[in-house]
Amino acid sequence: MEILVYALYIIAFAMFILGLSGLTAPKSAVRGNKIAAAGMAVAFVATLIHIRDTSSWLLIIAALVVGVIVGIPPARRVKMTAVPQLVALFNGVGGGTVALIAWGEYIDSDGFTGLHVTSGPVLPLVIASLFAAIIGSLSFWGSIVAFMKLQQILPGHPLSVGRLQQPLNAILFIGAVVAAVIVGIGSASAGASPIWFVAILILAGILGVTMVLPIGGADMPVVISLLNALTGLSAAAAGLALNNIAMIVAGMIVGASGTILTNLMAKAMNRSILSIVAGGFGGGSGGSGAATSSAGDQVAKSTSAADAAIKLAYANQVIVVPGYGLAVAQAQHAVKDMAKVLEARGIEVKYAIHPVAGRMPGHMNVLLAEADVEYDAMKEMDDINGEFSRTDVTIVIGANDVTNPAARTDPNSPIFGMPVLNVTESRSVIVLKRSMSSGFAGIENPLFFGANTTMLFGDAKKSVAQVTEELKAL
Amino acid sequence: MDYTNFLANIAILVLSGFIGFAVISKVPNTLHTPLMSGTNAIHGIVVLGALVVLGTAENPGIPLQVISFVAIVFGTVNVIGGFVVTDRMLAMFKTRPTNAATDGKN
Repeated sequence: MEILVYALYIIAFAMFILGLSGLTAPKSAVRGNKIAAAGMAVAFVATLIHIRDTSSWLLIIAALVVGVIVGIPPARRVKMTAVPQLVALFNGVGGGTVALIAWGEYIDSDGFTGLHVTSGPVLPLVIASLFAAIIGSLSFWGSIVAFMKLQQILPGHPLSVGRLQQPLNAILFIGAVVAAVIVGIGSASAGASPIWFVAILILAGILGVTMVLPIGGADMPVVISLLNALTGLSAAAAGLALNNIAMIVAGMIVGASGTILTNLMAKAMNRSILSIVAGGFGGGSGGSGAATSSAGDQVAKSTSAADAAIKLAYANQVIVVPGYGLAVAQAQHAVKDMAKVLEARGIEVKYAIHPVAGRMPGHMNVLLAEADVEYDAMKEMDDINGEFSRTDVTIVIGANDVTNPAARTDPNSPIFGMPVLNVTESRSVIVLKRSMSSGFAGIENPLFFGANTTMLFGDAKKSVAQVTEELKAL
Repeated sequence: MDYTNFLANIAILVLSGFIGFAVISKVPNTLHTPLMSGTNAIHGIVVLGALVVLGTAENPGIPLQVISFVAIVFGTVNVIGGFVVTDRMLAMFKTRPTNAATDGKN
C-alpha cells in the first residue's frame, strides 16, 4: 500500500509541474490550473490511503467540510480588484497550516524526543520542523497584516517605529531562533518545555507583523511575492520533516516561483529586497513636507472631459497607463468602453503595464482581462517604452510613481533609477486623478506640471465615462 | 527513515527548486497574478501534512486534535479557495485569442 501512496505522490507532482507549464500562455492556462488541481486531488487521495487506519476520521472529515465551506464563497465572489488581499489571506492560512503542523508534530513526538528513538537523521528533521514553525508563523501573521492593509482595515501607508525598527526585527528573529535551538537541544534529552515552542511561534509571528507593517502600499507586490515564497519554502521544510515528497516538490516550486516574482518586482522598482523589507519607502524624507513645498511654484493645468475627448478623437494612437487608482475606482469596464469608441474611429489603443502597477504582480492585466481587453493589447514596459514618442495621447489612469519622469532625470528623487514608463515622450498626456495628492510613496511627480500634461480631476470611472460620452457626441 | 531516504528527499528538494525556476521563468508578466494565485493554491498541499500528523498519531490528545483540526481547515481553505479563484481569473484570459482574431478582421 505504501508503494501505491508513493506512486500517487509522484503522479501528483508531475501534474503540478505540467499544470504550471500550462501557465506560460493564456490559451493553455485554464487547463494547466485544472491539471494542477487534479494533481492535488491525487495527492489528497494518496494521503487518505496512507492514513487509512486512523481513529480520527470524524474529526478529519469535519475539518475538511468546514474548510470547503469557508474557502469557496470568498473565492467565487471576490471582485477582481480585491484579488490581492484574497491571495494574501490564502497565503496566510497556508503558512498558518505549516506552523500548526510543526506544532502538532512537536506534541505528537513529545517535544521531538520521539524522533530520537529511531536511528537516522534526527537532527535534520528537527531543524526542518523548527524552520517550518518559524517561517510558517511569520508568513501567517505577515500575510494577515498585508491582507488588512490591502483591505484598508489598517492604513496603507508605512507604520513603523522609526530607527528602532531593524534592531527590533533582529531581536525578534534572534529570539525565535534561540527558542528553536532550546527546543532542538531539549529534544535530545527529556524535551524542552512547551513554552519554548509557543515562544517560537509568538516571536516569529510578531516578527511577521513588524516586518510587514512598515512596508508601504506601493511595495505591496514585493511583500506578497515574498510571503508567497516563504510559505512555499516552509511547506517544503514540513515535507522534509514528514518524509512527504509531494509536499517537498510542491513547496519548492512555489518557493522558486515566489523568489522569481519577488526579484522581478524588486528589480522593477530598482530597490533591493532587503531595503524594501527594511521598510519606510517615502515614510521619511520624501514625505509630505517635500510635496507641499514644491507644489506652490508649479501649477498643473486642469482640463475638462470635452477637451480630453477632442484630443483623443484626433489621435492616431492612444496608450492607456493603468495604475492602482484604476483598481480602486473599478474603472476597467469604463476604460474598455472608451477604447471601443476610439477603435471604432480607427484609433489604435494600447495598454502600457508597469510590472509593479497595482498591488500584486500582474494585477492590472487581470482587471483589464476582466473587462475583455485583448491579451495582445496589454504591453509590458520594455515593449512599449519605445512607442510613446509615436503616440498622440497617453491617458494615465490612477498611476503615479510608475510614470514619474524624475526617476530618469532627478538624481535627488527617492525613486531615481527605477525603470518607469516614458509617458512624457508622447505628444500629450492626460492624467486622470482624484486630487493633486502625491502617490503612496509620497513623492512629487513632475509629470503633472509638464508642458504637454493636462489633468482631469475626479473619480476615474466617472471621468472615463464622461470622456466616452463626449466622444460619442463628436 | 534512514539517511539514504533523507538524502534522496534532499535531492528531490534541490531538483524541484531548479524545475520551479525553469518553468516559472517562462510565465509572461501578464499572467503573474494567476501564477501567484495558482502557486498559492499548490502550497495548500500542506493540508496533506496536517492530515498525516493527525492521521498517524496514536490516541491524539485534545491539544493535538484542536491544532490539527485548525490546520486542516486552514489548509483546505488554501487549496480550494486558491484553485477556484485562479480558475475564475484564467477564464477571463481564455477568450482572448479568439477575440483578437475577430477584432483583426473588423
